[in-house]
Amino acid sequence: MNPAVSLLRRLTPQLVALVLILFLIWLVFPSFFSLTVQNGRLYGSLVDVLNRGAPVALLAVGMTVVIATKGIDLSVGAVMAICGAVAAASSVRGDPLAVTLLLAAATGLACGVWNGFLVSVFNIQPIIATLVLMVAGRGIAQLVTEGAILTFVDPALIFIGSGSFAGLPMPVVIWIVFGLCVAVLLRRTALGLLIEAVGINRRASTLAGVNTPVLLMAAYMLSGLCAAIAGVIVTADIRGADANNAGLWLELDAILAVVVGGTSLLGGRFSVVASLIGALIIQAVNTGILLSGFPPEFNLIIKAGIVVVILVVQSPHVETGFSIFLQRADRSGSTEKKQAA
Amino acid sequence: MERTDILAAQGVLKTFPGSVALDRVDFSLRRGEVHALLGENGAGKSTLIKCLTGAYQRDGGVILLDGAPIDPRDPLEAQKLGIGTVYQEVNLLGNLTVAENLFLGRQPGRFGLVRTAEMNRRARALLAGYGLAINVGASLDTYSVAVQQVVAIARAADVSGKVLILDEPTASLDAREVEMLFEIVRKLKARGLGIVFITHFLEQVYQLTDRITVLRNGRLIATRETAALPRKELVTLMLGHELQEAERPVRHAPQEAVAERYRFEGFGRSGKIEPFDLGIRPGEVVGMAGLLGSGRTETAELLFGVHAADSGKATVNGADVTLSSPRAAIAQRFGFCPEDRKVDGIVGDLSIRENIALALQARRGWARPLSRAEQNALADKYIAALDIRTTDREKPIRLLSGGNQQKVILARWLATNPEFLILDEPTRGIDVGAHAEIIRLIEKLCEDGLSLLVISSELDELVAYSTRVLVLRDKRHVAELTGEDITTTHIVDAIAAAGAARSDA
Repeated sequence: MNPAVSLLRRLTPQLVALVLILFLIWLVFPSFFSLTVQNGRLYGSLVDVLNRGAPVALLAVGMTVVIATKGIDLSVGAVMAICGAVAAASSVRGDPLAVTLLLAAATGLACGVWNGFLVSVFNIQPIIATLVLMVAGRGIAQLVTEGAILTFVDPALIFIGSGSFAGLPMPVVIWIVFGLCVAVLLRRTALGLLIEAVGINRRASTLAGVNTPVLLMAAYMLSGLCAAIAGVIVTADIRGADANNAGLWLELDAILAVVVGGTSLLGGRFSVVASLIGALIIQAVNTGILLSGFPPEFNLIIKAGIVVVILVVQSPHVETGFSIFLQRADRSGSTEKKQAA
Repeated sequence: MERTDILAAQGVLKTFPGSVALDRVDFSLRRGEVHALLGENGAGKSTLIKCLTGAYQRDGGVILLDGAPIDPRDPLEAQKLGIGTVYQEVNLLGNLTVAENLFLGRQPGRFGLVRTAEMNRRARALLAGYGLAINVGASLDTYSVAVQQVVAIARAADVSGKVLILDEPTASLDAREVEMLFEIVRKLKARGLGIVFITHFLEQVYQLTDRITVLRNGRLIATRETAALPRKELVTLMLGHELQEAERPVRHAPQEAVAERYRFEGFGRSGKIEPFDLGIRPGEVVGMAGLLGSGRTETAELLFGVHAADSGKATVNGADVTLSSPRAAIAQRFGFCPEDRKVDGIVGDLSIRENIALALQARRGWARPLSRAEQNALADKYIAALDIRTTDREKPIRLLSGGNQQKVILARWLATNPEFLILDEPTRGIDVGAHAEIIRLIEKLCEDGLSLLVISSELDELVAYSTRVLVLRDKRHVAELTGEDITTTHIVDAIAAAGAARSDA
């Protein structure tokens, strides 16, 4: 089969879900799709979805790869806080932007090395191994910010959170470019195949000569890097590092984005692009609930309901049932035609 | 005659998208009969069983149990109707006790509480009927596979009690355990159960069964009385053509002149295998014989770097090498087809193409990907060369039959142009046809100048292709047979002699 066609087929359920959600929002909030241009920059609810979805989309990129190796990374929210704090502290110290960004990225990679080390060398179950940093991470972030919210004024750093490029907010540009680069890197090199092999059968892959420890380490390092970028964006957006709240519970949204994107938690076959769409679906749901004017108490419950519906619709059982239904409809349709003739 | 049939299937039809798995197959099972169901992998044995037990919904035909039509929707319903199944991989719960496994879901209780003492008493009584006196309070996984198999049979016979389907029950048992299992099957037969017996061991078919049904490509080929069906005719029925006689081919010319390519001296690892010396020449097949647990697999894993050796040294063409990991061994052009294909070999959800490309890709490194066209060419080449039966190279490998999976794993290594292949039980659990093909392949690789180390429990097979046979016992290399000495009798003698020497000591 043509690779482009098979990719489209893979993405169909996610795209259908996204379109449906957007349609529902449009029903309750007709001006949802309206876009305006001010000062060379796009404004509108749709842009808002893309912008607000940036942290989860970035986290979902790394999370997809980790989950594909049959792992999970619970620490990404805390790593966001650490990297945000490191970036803010560096900016407050007066470092140039390049140094600030390098420090934040290096911190994220170091967190990934720690997780990867526990998983690949000590063979600790990923959920436990990354729980360590999830819990300890916020403490580390607080040590960096010394307990306060660390604010900064460097316009270059702030630009990353609220500036715009080619009419789009910077966070949108960053996650789209980064996400597509990772997706292309994984599929144009052999990394995608090797990661899937390790996720499906780690032992058999090792026996076939796959460098499993290095690959696992790389997956967690990518996840750390993604968290670092997301952390910098969130920090730059609010112009300060909040060790307690930056990235709070976002690891769960990221896992959800991957699952909604159709990658199995059991590892193996994955699609980064599908996870990005999954992240958009989640953000669209969040934004839609806010726009629809429901009392905020209901938000999480409605979101949970929508997620359950999406997951049920995607389950293989429903899919088979649906195709049987389609076949029957097809058959009865053709008999009708015959009768008419 | 009709009265004695406990189970009869007539015109069973099952289609999958793009193929007919069962083409109107008839099958009948008499009361108090052991009935062998035979055929190559992919012949439709498991599909038929799954239709009988309701795991699959058949597309046509009737199933009569005691003369009454039944239509089980799932295995549980079939079980309640009286059709019990025991699979090759024991599907009980290893962490529960023997008694709990026997009575799971139907524990004797009072006021909603399980009466453990009563349950254990009944479990002991039940197992005593099979001549098994074990502690029923101990968890199941503390017992051998054979005992677990008996427990599974006891449970199935107790729950169902009319028809018992045994799907390759002897695949992982040794000779003594097989005999014990056969005793139990004969007892159940005497009690009037109808028993369907699926196996790849023709020997066992003739020891145990009354009738044989042969399937091929989803069609019923024949149902015959076992006693009236000569072995050769049976094989012909199964394959549809005469099998090459597995006799000792013309002996390879002595190769003393050729220098050894691989030399392992004092190679060993404590707790795994005693240090051994081994030299292998190009174009040589070294067979390795020994009982289960004698250190055969351990030797193979040591040579391939799965476990690093803690003594001795290895040389390739005279140069010292360290074999500390599979990657290190692969860099020396080693390849290893492991014994447990499903766990150590196949990457189930990946396609045939990806499974074939995996080892070569891993050696090239992630930054130098094989293009899709190269992978396709590789896959097509080996699907044709090894006659891998599949509709499509993109099919997930887990959907292939055992023999075809084994060929894909072989293809994975052949794609890396290996010089030394280690094959651990390459023909285990493979049907007769694929079996012969794999043996032919081994001989061909050897002619091509590869060095091979082949572990096998089938001594005939070792005799057929080995230029030398190593005999192992108790984690030690105890004998080496060469030339005219390579016969099954000598191998058995070597294993037994080593045992005698040990009991003398």
